[in-house]
Amino acid sequence: MTSVQGLVASPDADSQRTLYPYVTGTSVVGVKYKDGILLAADTGASYGSTLRYKSVERIKAIGKHSLLGASGEISDFQEILRYLDELIIYDDMWDDGNSLGPKEVHNYLNRVMYNRRNKFNPLWNSLVLGGVKNGEKYLGTVNMIGVHYEDNHVATGFGNHLARPILRDEWKEDMSFEDAVKLLEKCMLVLLYRDRSAINKMQIAKITDEGTTFYPAYSLKTFWGFSSFANPTKGAEGSW
Amino acid sequence: MDLNFNAPHSMGTTIVGVTYNGGVVLGADSRTSTGVYVANRASDKITQLTDNVYVCRSGSAADSQIVSDYVRYFLHQHTIQLGQPATVKVAANLIRLLSYSNKNMLETGLIVGGWDKYVGGKIYSVPLGGTILEQPFAIGGSGSAYLYGFFDQAWKEGMTKDEAEKLVVKAVSLAIARDGASGGVVRTVIIDSEGVTRNFYPGETHPLWHEELEPTTSLLDILSAPEPMNT
Repeated sequence: MTSVQGLVASPDADSQRTLYPYVTGTSVVGVKYKDGILLAADTGASYGSTLRYKSVERIKAIGKHSLLGASGEISDFQEILRYLDELIIYDDMWDDGNSLGPKEVHNYLNRVMYNRRNKFNPLWNSLVLGGVKNGEKYLGTVNMIGVHYEDNHVATGFGNHLARPILRDEWKEDMSFEDAVKLLEKCMLVLLYRDRSAINKMQIAKITDEGTTFYPAYSLKTFWGFSSFANPTKGAEGSW
Repeated sequence: MDLNFNAPHSMGTTIVGVTYNGGVVLGADSRTSTGVYVANRASDKITQLTDNVYVCRSGSAADSQIVSDYVRYFLHQHTIQLGQPATVKVAANLIRLLSYSNKNMLETGLIVGGWDKYVGGKIYSVPLGGTILEQPFAIGGSGSAYLYGFFDQAWKEGMTKDEAEKLVVKAVSLAIARDGASGGVVRTVIIDSEGVTRNFYPGETHPLWHEELEPTTSLLDILSAPEPMNT
């Protein structure tokens, strides 16, 4: 099997140099709302253009105060979960009544992602990290090249192009749970229509000061009832 | 063969793993090809890792063999240290560890299946890249492309051992019919609390699919047959 050598070959060249992802998840969308954070992602993992796996949980709880959503290579996401597991366990072992909050976890992830990028061996993911600690809400994102920021609403992949504009227009401070869910569903529906890698099975996860809730996976109704959909060439037979 | 670096590599082989009420059934074709030549028409792609865990191998024969050998070696030591049979999850995770940490060099997709006393029959998929996914059934290899639709329609929860094995044999047989990189016989391995059963299904035992004809020894037999010829 041949491989592409990037730059100067060092003694252990090619031993660790990720070139491209295989099994990938698509967009994750997150919003802040009155009681905390809501994250949404579909439960699909593609293999190239094949929608291969349809029941993959791409949002996971991290410690007591955070949720992590991931798009990109699933094997790298699974490895990140192992790193975070270790981080949380060691933090727990101090047994000092303090626990890592979302800001700290986001910072840790940023360091990991950026350092891997500098070694030309990235973890091929775009991550959304949201959480609440002591009433303070936090929502951030970090990707495979180490770009990171926090905001009232974030998204990965296609979500940046399709969901963020909707959120910029319709997101408000202190939205109710119902309004936030409806807004997320509006974004996810657009993604379902327009993202080839999206599947119609998604999960919403919530985090508040009380804890995390993973709602059961469900599917959205889609609308195809425009008359121009039923008969696109009406009045212009032979056209397309 | 020309490789396109930007698409997932399609792999010679059809492999299938299905859970049923009480165990798992693993299935595979038997064709190993080097380019267009069939190097082995009766290979055994369902490899033993422990008494109770087997793995279906697809992709590079060399890569899948070496990964299986290492995992068998690690599991052997693990079993001695543990004092009891290894769980399917542990076996699958060892496969994952090797596949993930060597993802740049390996080209093998594996389906791990087995039975342990804690959770019964389990199937784990470890595709290219080293992702690990526990599934009620799994398909892999180049032939699996022709089986997504089939399983979407034919898979049901709570099958019996016989139903599960019939499903596996039918699936691999259908894939062989359409995938040039799959062929030969259908092998199955059934693993449950009682133990392991190996089965072998040559072409004559499969039903005929679309545009396939009943095999004969010679034209001469057809010509001398008492029945009239049909078009």
